[in-house]
Amino acid sequence: MYAQLVETGVKRVKALDEMSAEERAFQEKIDAEIKIEAKNWMPDAYRQTLIRQISQHAHSEIVGMLPEGNWVTRAPTLKRKLQLMAKIQDEAGHGLYLYSAMETLGADRDEEIAKLHSGKAKYSSIFNYPTLNWADMGAVGWLVDGAAIVNQVVLQRTSYGPYSRAMIRICKEESFHQRQGYEILLTMMRHGTQAQKDMVQDAINRLWWPALMMFGPSDEHSPNSAQSMAWKIKRQSNDELRQRFIDQTVPQLELLGCTAPDPHLKWNEERGHYDFGEIQWEEFYEVLKGNGPCNAERVATRRNAIESGAWVREAAVAHARKKQQKRDAA
Amino acid sequence: MNPNNDKIEYLLRLADSALIQGQRLCEWCGRAPALEEELALMNVGLDLVGQARNWYEYAVELLNDGRDADQLAFRRDERAFRNLLLVEQPNGDFAVTMTKQFLYDAWHFHVLRALSDSSDARIAAIAAKGLKEVTYHLRRSGEWVERLGDGTEESHKRMLAAIPQVWRFTVEMTNADEVEQRLFAEGVAPNPEELAAAWKAKVADIFSSATLPLPEPAVNFYLSGRRGLHTEHLGILLAEMQFLQRAYPDATW
Repeated sequence: MYAQLVETGVKRVKALDEMSAEERAFQEKIDAEIKIEAKNWMPDAYRQTLIRQISQHAHSEIVGMLPEGNWVTRAPTLKRKLQLMAKIQDEAGHGLYLYSAMETLGADRDEEIAKLHSGKAKYSSIFNYPTLNWADMGAVGWLVDGAAIVNQVVLQRTSYGPYSRAMIRICKEESFHQRQGYEILLTMMRHGTQAQKDMVQDAINRLWWPALMMFGPSDEHSPNSAQSMAWKIKRQSNDELRQRFIDQTVPQLELLGCTAPDPHLKWNEERGHYDFGEIQWEEFYEVLKGNGPCNAERVATRRNAIESGAWVREAAVAHARKKQQKRDAA
Repeated sequence: MNPNNDKIEYLLRLADSALIQGQRLCEWCGRAPALEEELALMNVGLDLVGQARNWYEYAVELLNDGRDADQLAFRRDERAFRNLLLVEQPNGDFAVTMTKQFLYDAWHFHVLRALSDSSDARIAAIAAKGLKEVTYHLRRSGEWVERLGDGTEESHKRMLAAIPQVWRFTVEMTNADEVEQRLFAEGVAPNPEELAAAWKAKVADIFSSATLPLPEPAVNFYLSGRRGLHTEHLGILLAEMQFLQRAYPDATW
């Protein structure tokens, strides 16, 4: 998930008979699965929650370029380099697309980006982990994009129309990235040397738990979920999605011939699901607070890009104005 | 002696320049002045690395010595690289990057346009495909030179500082060597004089609308990318780019 802990600012979900006429009409529309569009009335808390969620999602696409950008100059073959460049380009595109969806809610892109740079806005915790070997490019594609897809497939049915449509478009490209990532790992495991196989296992060991954390806190510690579910912004709980991800990923892990760094991971015949060990929640909250391995570098890189590029943007504006003046004079 | 030596040499020049320029663009990832530029820089880089791969693959066939395209890209040392000195220069600020990009695009566009009519059908086909991409690259970089040159006082100042950092390396764009002369005589490569004139005209045109003074033509000096005599920047670039192939020579990626 690219937006894993979104405040709704709502303490308790209201019942229909507690709502104003406007609120009730809105909730009935949601219940009838009618998409909310930009010009429709919506509760302010719904609007603000969506702005937070979509901007987090957009920020994640942009910050998510950095762990991959770390290896794009070192990709081992022309084919892998081209794939990675195409992927990074897609991510920038997803970011733009999501910022546009967010702007339909009346938010301003630059203001929201400024919140990212000041540490006020979050982005997915996963991008605060370093990419330390080439197999990380495969593991990020497979696990990280895989986790994102599980979430985004559900978000295609989210109640806000522009967000839902963004997800439909983005999911198509993400699925492609995920297959590519898996293929990187499969190639290394099937045709690679022992050193390469070790890289793959090492990447999985480091990224497995952080990928599971992408789904956010467990349901019992997810105070904002009830409202998000009632508004159908969220369609399924964090734990449900995490379980689905694990269930579909473990067979892929076995096909690779690799293991998960979880001694408790085991098929449970009775539940029809995999059981798995407890997530290190302390680590999760520390990373979200900004104390993860790369938080400081990631934010500094983005802030620096925008700050040191200010003169370029100013030049573009000044030039456009001059051209306009020339056109007006003509 | 391979009868295709001139052609192989020429293909490597085209491929290496595109690859190194693409590699420099990769370094911008996550650091561009706007999101739209993240997209555009990676897009242009992607085009160029793709073109490099096409040239290498043809060179591989002519070489016929068991090497593949990846070995040409990732296992040759800097003395064997044939790229233009211009493209290996560091990115600097956005003004340096865009000046470099524009000077290269203006040359690249006319090269590919001429090569689309090459007597070598394979070269003509690869060039025709690349030309569509480079037409876009040139429009974009030309517009940036205009925006920055004729933007704010600050951006103009930065362009004035950027140009001398890269200008002397443009000598390779206006001065063909014997290989290129021979290939021109065979109808394979562009007419060097027409190429030089077209490049100069385009650069003069864009610099003029960018309100930037056109420097005196660059003059020949000691180094030559075409002969594998590079600046000190290339070795470091290759060390980074080639690291995995060098460290794990038996690996399959």
